[in-house]
Amino acid sequence: MRGSFQTRTIKWSMHYGVLLVYVAVALFPLYWLVKVSITPDDILYKQGTDLLPSKLSFEHYATVIGKSDFLLFFRNSIIVSGITAIASTILAMASGYAFSRFAFKGKFWIVGLMLVTQMFPLVIVITPIFSIFGTLGLTNSLTGLIIIYTAFNIPFATFLMQSFFDGIPKDLEEAAMIDGATRFKAFVQIIAPLTLPGIVATAGFCFTGAWGEILFALLLNSSASASTFPVGLLLYSTRATIEYGPMMAAGVLALIPVCIFFFLIQRYLVQGLTAGAVKG
Amino acid sequence: MASIAINGVRKDYGAVPVLKGVDLAIDSGEFVVLVGPSGCGKSTLLRIIAGLEDLSAGEIRIGDMRVNELAPRDRDIAMVFQSYALYPHMSVRDNMSYSLKLKRTPAERIAEAVKRAGDKLGLEALQDRKPRALSGGQRQRVAMGRAIVRNPKAFLFDEPLSNLDARLREQMRFEIRKLHRDIGATSVYVTHDQIEAMTMSDRIVAMNGGIIQQVGAPLELYDNPANIFVAGFIGSPAMNFIKARAVREDNRIALYVGATKLLGMPAPDRLPDNGEVIAGVRPERIGLLPSSEAGVAATVELVEPTGVATVVHADIAGQQLKLFTTERLQLDVHQPVSLTIRPADVCLFDPISGERLRVPR
Repeated sequence: MRGSFQTRTIKWSMHYGVLLVYVAVALFPLYWLVKVSITPDDILYKQGTDLLPSKLSFEHYATVIGKSDFLLFFRNSIIVSGITAIASTILAMASGYAFSRFAFKGKFWIVGLMLVTQMFPLVIVITPIFSIFGTLGLTNSLTGLIIIYTAFNIPFATFLMQSFFDGIPKDLEEAAMIDGATRFKAFVQIIAPLTLPGIVATAGFCFTGAWGEILFALLLNSSASASTFPVGLLLYSTRATIEYGPMMAAGVLALIPVCIFFFLIQRYLVQGLTAGAVKG
Repeated sequence: MASIAINGVRKDYGAVPVLKGVDLAIDSGEFVVLVGPSGCGKSTLLRIIAGLEDLSAGEIRIGDMRVNELAPRDRDIAMVFQSYALYPHMSVRDNMSYSLKLKRTPAERIAEAVKRAGDKLGLEALQDRKPRALSGGQRQRVAMGRAIVRNPKAFLFDEPLSNLDARLREQMRFEIRKLHRDIGATSVYVTHDQIEAMTMSDRIVAMNGGIIQQVGAPLELYDNPANIFVAGFIGSPAMNFIKARAVREDNRIALYVGATKLLGMPAPDRLPDNGEVIAGVRPERIGLLPSSEAGVAATVELVEPTGVATVVHADIAGQQLKLFTTERLQLDVHQPVSLTIRPADVCLFDPISGERLRVPR
């Protein structure tokens, strides 16, 4: 029995009502970000709490793009996050495959050590890293950030990739190896295509991690030429003022690449994060 | 096509021996079935032949070449996996042509070989489908097709039918056998199902505990098992094992179950000192008579009609045995009956070693 039309309508309304509340709460900060970014300076404080500004303007975007180093910070962020995502994913694929498929001496200890690196806050290692990188000339450089991010991403990315490889039956690459493939070829032609959702999910994880990271970006790189956008955002907050408008506009712009990235990968991501949940 | 020689093969996983010295010669074109319970080492042996596992000692030769050091891809063998191991992201055609593509075979030769194999297995209409759109039986056929397009030196089968339902299994048994007759390729087939072993093989290799227990034609193993393991493993319903006492009477013995005399038969070449033996009798070799007639007194415990035949569980002096008759008998539980067993149908075993006690002919 599905109940009368009335009860069904009530159930339906409650169902969607709850979803609506959730979506509204989740998206409100984002809405505020966009709202402030398009509110002209002269009414920003006067109508600070109004849900809709009485006037729209894109002056903050013009300020950010035309009168600041933001495009440079952006470029830096894309370079750092992109290379970090690619490098971490490739390395994690290699190590995750090894952990998934091979038994070797010291495997237990290596896995343990990798877990240990995930256990303490990064702040602890900043000082030694700063002094090491200073000596190596890796401060104020994008390479330094890429190395740090990649290194810190690898343990988790490895575990992630390992779990995806664990989900692929060993039989498949054995069949390929009997069919005449080398292990590497079997990996590239059979295993990698099947773990594509996992590879994309791992890359997405590493990309967003690097995209929003601020601690190392702020401490290692002080010159504008090697700053990433989170550091750039801080420039709008000075001792005297906080320039909300441009800061929000920059924030909105910073969201765009991440949104594009996730839009492109979402098909794989949903598969990836739910893969193995149901035997299929 | 090539012969396969397995010489003194041992395999240890750490301190655990899985294969404890296996010797086997498989002739070119022969269909050999490795059978045994799980953990007996049969799959490990197959994987060693394929090159998917290293061996701890011994030698594998395919044709006249030692292959111990060769990677699987260099051994020129094909394998059908229990899971079929079809490449999920490739169509049936791509699955079947993968090995030929790796060998850089010209496209028209690949198309020809795939078509020939597809026709043979009834896969013509499925060439563009992905494995997930196939039924179990079709997947099984594609796995076979992937093996035969290559024309390899030998086929290895690792329990290929165990994921199929009973009816399909019967059909695929027939098809694999027919395919072997058509192609005539050397085949090594692993199964834990003794019916598959009996019906498909030229020779059965019965394994247990990492050791080959007996090698021979199916009926030879059935009629003349070398030990109690083979006797119990081959045949369904399984052979009856009766704990009996042998009393020597000149060059004959009398077998007693408790105080009941089972039968008299020629003495085996040796007997345990205390005379305790195990007498094995196939269920279909036991005759059933109304209780008034001569024979061993027994009572009916359970009657299982299967349609084709009736399995009767009977009790002789406290020991259970099964017998198998194609007659439609009217039997009641606890009904007294007489059983007849011919001496020639009895296999005697040493209860301690499990070895057969041979009766000289």
